[in-house]
Amino acid sequence: MSEGIIYWLQQTLNALQLGSIYALIALGYTMVYGILTMINFAHGDVFMVGAFFCFLAAVYLGLPFVPTLLLTMLGAALVGVMIERLAYKPLRNAPRVSAIITALGVGIFLENFTLALAPYPKNIPALLANATWNMGGVSISSLQIIIILLSLGLMFVLDYVVYRTPVGIAMRAISWDKTYVPLMGVPLDLIISVTFAIGAGLAGAAGTMYGLAYPVIDPYMGIMVGWKAFISAVVGGIGNIRGAMIGAFILGGVEIMVAAFFPSTYRDFVAFTLLMLLIVIRPYGILGQPRTQKV
Amino acid sequence: MTLLTATKVKHYFGGLCAVADFNLQLQSGELMGIIGPNGAGKTTIFNLITGVYRASEGSIRLRDVELVGKTPHQITALRVGRTFQNIRLFRDLSVLDNVRIAHYAQVHYSPLEALLHIGRYRREEQRIIDNSHRLLSIFKLEHLAGETAKNLPYGSQRRLEIARALAIDPELLLLDEPAAGMNPNEIDQLMEFIQWIRQEFKLTILLIEHQMKLVMGICERIMVLDFGQTLSEGPPTVIQNDPKVLEAYLGEGSIG
Repeated sequence: MSEGIIYWLQQTLNALQLGSIYALIALGYTMVYGILTMINFAHGDVFMVGAFFCFLAAVYLGLPFVPTLLLTMLGAALVGVMIERLAYKPLRNAPRVSAIITALGVGIFLENFTLALAPYPKNIPALLANATWNMGGVSISSLQIIIILLSLGLMFVLDYVVYRTPVGIAMRAISWDKTYVPLMGVPLDLIISVTFAIGAGLAGAAGTMYGLAYPVIDPYMGIMVGWKAFISAVVGGIGNIRGAMIGAFILGGVEIMVAAFFPSTYRDFVAFTLLMLLIVIRPYGILGQPRTQKV
Repeated sequence: MTLLTATKVKHYFGGLCAVADFNLQLQSGELMGIIGPNGAGKTTIFNLITGVYRASEGSIRLRDVELVGKTPHQITALRVGRTFQNIRLFRDLSVLDNVRIAHYAQVHYSPLEALLHIGRYRREEQRIIDNSHRLLSIFKLEHLAGETAKNLPYGSQRRLEIARALAIDPELLLLDEPAAGMNPNEIDQLMEFIQWIRQEFKLTILLIEHQMKLVMGICERIMVLDFGQTLSEGPPTVIQNDPKVLEAYLGEGSIG
């Protein structure tokens, strides 16, 4: 293979890895928006809390990879449900801006609570033996493969749940009409809790994988990653599950490719410019549709 | 046997009294109509029964179960189904999913079973899907099962809404203006149809309607509301000749 193709393949692989992590987080934004039309700005920090759960499970409990991942997802899911119950549910009928301010507040709380407990950056141990293979010049690490496959697996499960199961039908129905869904026998609060649990659980999985790929974690790591995941969700069409995945892979791809061909300081500037252009061309995102409701 | 009992129900929106003193005894198997001018409080009564609003005062009982204070999904699970004045389908969902979701209260499997697709999950999901298809074919919507609900023509949307309400497996069915927007011919068909589902699904039906032809044609008993007050109650022949009713509908002094 020529050097050029090898370089492209290598960067594509890196883009898939980054895109998968963004996608797992973006799904949480898009699910919560879909069902409550609210941006959960604390979600990036739930991802950060997930990375710290991963640290706790791996270092203090000394658990191997799979139990660490499961425990992290469970812990993050609980945090997500608690945030909804304590901070958002009382404001469900309040003006949207109150909920947004509360979400920002919850995010800052999570950052500083974590900072108080862990003032210095932590190091996540290598939970997986990291083998690297050379495939015709393209180097592939086992970690990369695990991150990509696990993320894709979780996304397939989620897609199945949302589009095929009764809970998923209920979620999609709530996103359309909250008042009348309970009249079909659907317990609204339970479905909203499930939505937060799934979104936060996926962010927990993302925290674990991010921690394995980039082992130094700190309480502010969720801010930038959270913004990027949020923007992925918007680019894909916020409220749309498949759109969030597409948006995340586009953002991951653009970031890696910009860094590959330009000075790396150009990365975020070029990436965000492109995304803004995309939004101007398609204001509702790639798979989003304008919502009109008959009154 | 009395299925639904409303006693001294009052409801206020802020200072506005929407329902002043609503009393009702609905017998099991009965088909009763509620009529009245716009703003008389008819839909509010449906919303009070189904828990969308919580009655300010009074009691609403389904058999011996107090409904006031229960959430809409709890009341639905007690087998109360309803349709809406303005069609309230889940527009972005498929026709089949619109009916599937209404089975929610009948689901009896654990999250673990659902996740692993074992045990009761498979059996119940299959039963729900089968029952959804059965309802769709009764309503001549089977060929549209995969279609998005919002793409259906108006008449089919109306039928789908009734199919969805029946998926709740109701004992009490509340129909809010089922004949709205229909021509006389369609109303005739609807009347036959309501009679038929009543037999087939063993329903007690309470309906709100402006189309006198339908109300007088099929209801055994009619209640007339105006400004949240019950003006009159009785069989169609009595209601038709009640001067108070004519006045409320046609205006004071219109009967010579």
